Amino acid sequence: MSSQDTPKTPGATAPGRPRRDTSRRREALNGLGLLSPALIVMLSMLALPVGALVVMSFWTQSGFTLDTSFTLDNYRRLFSTSERATEWMGMTFHLGYPVPAILMIKSLAMSLMATVAVVLLAYPMAYFLAFRVKRNKAAWIIILTIPFWTSYLLRVFSWKVVLGYNGAINSGLMSLGLIDAPLEFLLYNPAAVVITLSHAWVAFVVLPIYVSLEKIDRSMLEAASDLGDSKFKRFRRIVLPLSMPGTITAALMVFIPTVGDYVTPQLVGGTGGTMIGSLVQQLFTKQNNAPMGAAVSLVMMLIIAALVLTFLTLIGYWKMRARSAR
Amino acid sequence: MMKGWGLTTYAVLFIAFVYGPVLILPLFSFNDSTFATFPLAGFTTRHYVEMWGQGPMIGALVNSLKIGLGVTLLTTAIAIPAAISITRFRFPGKPAILSMLMLPLVVPSIVLAVALLVIILKFLNIPLSLWTVAAGHVLIALPFCTSVLMSRLEGFDRSLEEASRDLGSPPLQTFWRVTFPLALPGIISSLLLGFIISFDEFVIAFFLTGTDNTLPVYLYSQLRFPNRLPGALALGSLILVVSTVLVIVSEIIRKRGVQSDNPGDF
Repeated sequence: MSSQDTPKTPGATAPGRPRRDTSRRREALNGLGLLSPALIVMLSMLALPVGALVVMSFWTQSGFTLDTSFTLDNYRRLFSTSERATEWMGMTFHLGYPVPAILMIKSLAMSLMATVAVVLLAYPMAYFLAFRVKRNKAAWIIILTIPFWTSYLLRVFSWKVVLGYNGAINSGLMSLGLIDAPLEFLLYNPAAVVITLSHAWVAFVVLPIYVSLEKIDRSMLEAASDLGDSKFKRFRRIVLPLSMPGTITAALMVFIPTVGDYVTPQLVGGTGGTMIGSLVQQLFTKQNNAPMGAAVSLVMMLIIAALVLTFLTLIGYWKMRARSAR
Repeated sequence: MMKGWGLTTYAVLFIAFVYGPVLILPLFSFNDSTFATFPLAGFTTRHYVEMWGQGPMIGALVNSLKIGLGVTLLTTAIAIPAAISITRFRFPGKPAILSMLMLPLVVPSIVLAVALLVIILKFLNIPLSLWTVAAGHVLIALPFCTSVLMSRLEGFDRSLEEASRDLGSPPLQTFWRVTFPLALPGIISSLLLGFIISFDEFVIAFFLTGTDNTLPVYLYSQLRFPNRLPGALALGSLILVVSTVLVIVSEIIRKRGVQSDNPGDF
């Protein structure tokens, strides 16, 4: 019975209030203790392996012998210049080993295109879910969650079936009499990779964008309307800026992993659609040069990190986030 | 309202775009032909029967089930205390630790795969096996399981735990009698989603497996042979059904749990 409940004191809801320093220290120790299994996993399966990758990138492989003496040769080779010019897409590379640089630029470009496509496709869907769906919202969310969890390999595989020479689009158009011979330009090119990446990742961003839209205080929208803002102006001045941090985070969750994607270029990219992930795999297997593979993957991660941080700084991401968190 | 209809139409088209290509797989898996081509030739279940007769497929399925089960049990067991710690305790460096826990979500899986490959083969000299695959899967399932559990633990009324503690229950008893039952829907979701992640994962399994295949690695190996396409379609459809059913069950349990405990909370 509520009348017999002891009145809540403010202190009862703040378990860590500074009664004594020791109680707070004990709380911190207990917290870290509970976290320790997860920390051990992260340390032993993320931090140490990446450390091992760094160490290996300073080794060299020649034939079947692995030379474990410290050298910068792999990095030197990646950045070495050469008289010989390599042309690619109208760009000239004076590099001794131009393949990784070209594949890196290509991967960044393809991944960027896919990311932009994903955000443009997902944003209206998330907007619809946040502002228009009143009933059966849970059902909509489940419908959008299922693709998120279906096998990535299968989503890519399905595009191979859709776009293939003997695939669904070609045979469909032929049986309708619209074309006489299969269209060969559908599969095994960069466009197929970008389309497949966009489709495979679009399910990942709808829900994060939806969450950032859902958090927007509705009374702000009412206030804007009451003060005479048109619907479009209200969107541009309130909804878009406040949902921007969440949208950018979601976009990065697509951009960063897709730069190093391996499955998609392998299945639908053909020779023209290869990306840097394919090179890493080849260096570790066929070319039997794991140290170079380690160096390439580390340089790739560093370039991605540098680009992302520069981008976030340029757009003032942290200020934006602080503003929308109010 | 015109604009409202425009967005609704867009939403329907969006769902069609997301589901359409994937549903091509089950569609052609029942098609009585070696090629995945229109017009459809007729209904058959023979691709499923033939697929089932293949020894390596069954072996890969058993491997995937074993790994998935082991990975999800271990990962959830690690994620429960981690989620409790993050949602209930105050300690320095929490934001940094939390972002580190979520790191496997953004690092390209090929980087995780080769980093694990290097330390396993060159530093520890452990032969590749299903165990090494499982270890990699624990790493990528952990952020998902932890966030599912965190959102569940944040979702229910904390005063119930405080009441238990104020009434003199020791922490472990409070956990078993209050926190655990309330977190149970989240724990079940975490178990199901951890299983799906491992069951569907390809890149890490591809790099870290020895002679044994998991189901996605087996499927990938079949894609090279055009004449094995029908079997691959049938197998792919089967994997789709498994993950779809598990996701729906997990979502329903999670939603229902939230609704029944916090009536005001949708």
